[in-house]
Amino acid sequence: MSHLLQIQDLEVKFALRTGDITAIDGINFTLDRGEKLGLVGESGAGKSVTGFSIINLLSKPGYISKGKILFQGNEISLYPNEKMRKIRGDAISMIFQDPMMTLNPVFTVGFQMIETIQAHRKISKANAREIALEKLKKVHIPSPEKRLDQYPHELSGGMRQRIIIAISLLTDPAIIIADEPTTALDVTIQAEIMDLLQELCASDNMALILITHDLGVVSQVTEKIAVMYAGKIIEYGATDQVVQHPVHPYTEGLIKSIPGTLIKHGDDLVQIPGMMPTLTNIPPGCAFNPRCYLKESICTQKTPELQSVGQGVQAACHMKTKRK
Amino acid sequence: MPYENQEEIDKKTMKQDNIILSVKNVVKHFDISGGFLDQIKFKNGRIGLEKVTVKAVNDVSFFVKKGEVLGVVGESGCGKSTIARVIMGLYPPNSGEIYYDGKRIDNLTHEQMLPFRKKMQMIFQDPYASLNPRKTVQQTLEEPLRFHHPEFSNSEIKDKIEEVMEQVGVDHAWIKRYPHEFSGGQRQRISIARGLILDPEFIVADEPVSALDVSIQAQILNLLMKAGRERDLTYLFITHDLSVVRHISTRVAVFYLGTICELAKSQDLFANPRHPYTKALLSAIPVVGEKSAKHIKLKGEVPTPVELPTGCVFHSRCVYADERCSTQVPLLRTLESGSSVACHAVEENRIPN
Repeated sequence: MSHLLQIQDLEVKFALRTGDITAIDGINFTLDRGEKLGLVGESGAGKSVTGFSIINLLSKPGYISKGKILFQGNEISLYPNEKMRKIRGDAISMIFQDPMMTLNPVFTVGFQMIETIQAHRKISKANAREIALEKLKKVHIPSPEKRLDQYPHELSGGMRQRIIIAISLLTDPAIIIADEPTTALDVTIQAEIMDLLQELCASDNMALILITHDLGVVSQVTEKIAVMYAGKIIEYGATDQVVQHPVHPYTEGLIKSIPGTLIKHGDDLVQIPGMMPTLTNIPPGCAFNPRCYLKESICTQKTPELQSVGQGVQAACHMKTKRK
Repeated sequence: MPYENQEEIDKKTMKQDNIILSVKNVVKHFDISGGFLDQIKFKNGRIGLEKVTVKAVNDVSFFVKKGEVLGVVGESGCGKSTIARVIMGLYPPNSGEIYYDGKRIDNLTHEQMLPFRKKMQMIFQDPYASLNPRKTVQQTLEEPLRFHHPEFSNSEIKDKIEEVMEQVGVDHAWIKRYPHEFSGGQRQRISIARGLILDPEFIVADEPVSALDVSIQAQILNLLMKAGRERDLTYLFITHDLSVVRHISTRVAVFYLGTICELAKSQDLFANPRHPYTKALLSAIPVVGEKSAKHIKLKGEVPTPVELPTGCVFHSRCVYADERCSTQVPLLRTLESGSSVACHAVEENRIPN
């Protein structure tokens, strides 16, 4: 068990009245200390559900139906809630998209920070306050003493997200799961927050799972990338390699559809026809086949598995793995 | 003289170029002081009434040429959506003038405005909010036609709807469906169809692709560009996404706290930004496949539009700011390169390139 976090064949289902639907369909990945992994995909691909299932925060109709989540060799997916609480928010923290929703508006920042520390550590209030102050300094918040006594509404969006990051750091976690941490923020602030996350991973040897739809952000921050489509990882490998030489037609389309320097000004963008299937209606075979330009008959019959395509990259595509 | 007065240029170019829309010194403030009791303030030993206003747009002037795409970018709260709504007549401006095809439109009555409403259409950000959930696609598309063209027969209306639906790529068989039956991308196609159905000349698109996934975003952008070419449309394209703006705009206006800080041709702006804010903004775009993060860090935070900084609105965050910047408001001046920049430091050549 050399990996910090290991996801093995994870399957998550949601029990609905009409039957179970599969939100995550057998995904595998690993994460080591200090490693930064990007989880990319469009809405509904299952990236957030993956994040939630790691810290066992799946809400009611959802449940883990198969597979294992190993954290430092322990199978945390089997932990009862009581035991999981010791890990969640302590060794593994999560940062959410909207900082206004995550902070409680009726308590001061200091109160919320001290509460978090005291939930996990037997420590006096004064000491907890000191740790809080230290972490606020660490996320470069100006005049941190003042912020402790302020309420969330007194702070700007970027400042709130820094506070959230400071809170997630309070217990010196081994992993931070950041679910679209900058989607609600402006680009200049996004750049600052991303710099901060990178800096923290480097200084504290922390691992990061960055869940986002923004390939630009992922390629700047992470070393490893997992592209998700309809509940499956369809391409997995080193970020630079995947972003520059995408193998799976979906990854390729995704990268090419971003307006940027690759396409001449005003020319038509490369578009992937159609849209992602809903989870209740996933086509047989490869889930991407109705939108794929490489489609052949095997794609509608057999589900492709992740296979090595060289350069340390794995892709799930019949057409691409066949030729190799 | 390397610099000229923007107004003179406006007057000169107005004659030569086909200017479809021009905005002159528009100011829009919103009163947020609430009721009478909320306004009572105790100040300097006296009780008085105090109004609190959000200064959303402050003295903004620009023009849009026929057939071009003018991109408007800026961060949240910079007034980019407000200026769009002022142009469309959804908010009356506090002062300033708006001309469409040389006719002033900001002071017209509702009836006088009607012919312009046919020519100017708007596409909104969130297709979940902008389509009426109780109307079928047919009803949504029919309404503007019946209102503006009462002379149209039923079959003419039917043909028109069919034509537009085909153009935006929505199957005509779905005409009796309600918005909730469509995905986000399809809904945005329907709201584009609604925008196109009166054959407008000028379209204001307010973040039309921001609520959509990347692969759908490309589809909608292609659709907007295709419609623009086929119908010879002029766009005012508002977005916070700089890569989108770079791709589709002819010229780009960068907004900061209710003022334009730079206005230039798209290529020039992205290749050689001049204003310190534009430089910082462009350096913050994450580029796919680019590792290096050499962001220009700005000092502090965006000030609130309730209490605008004196002088240049950007001076409190600018590394080049000096005495003059904190007292005197910089005007948008046109440089030799054709770009317009509102910055004392650029004017005085204090910024190393």
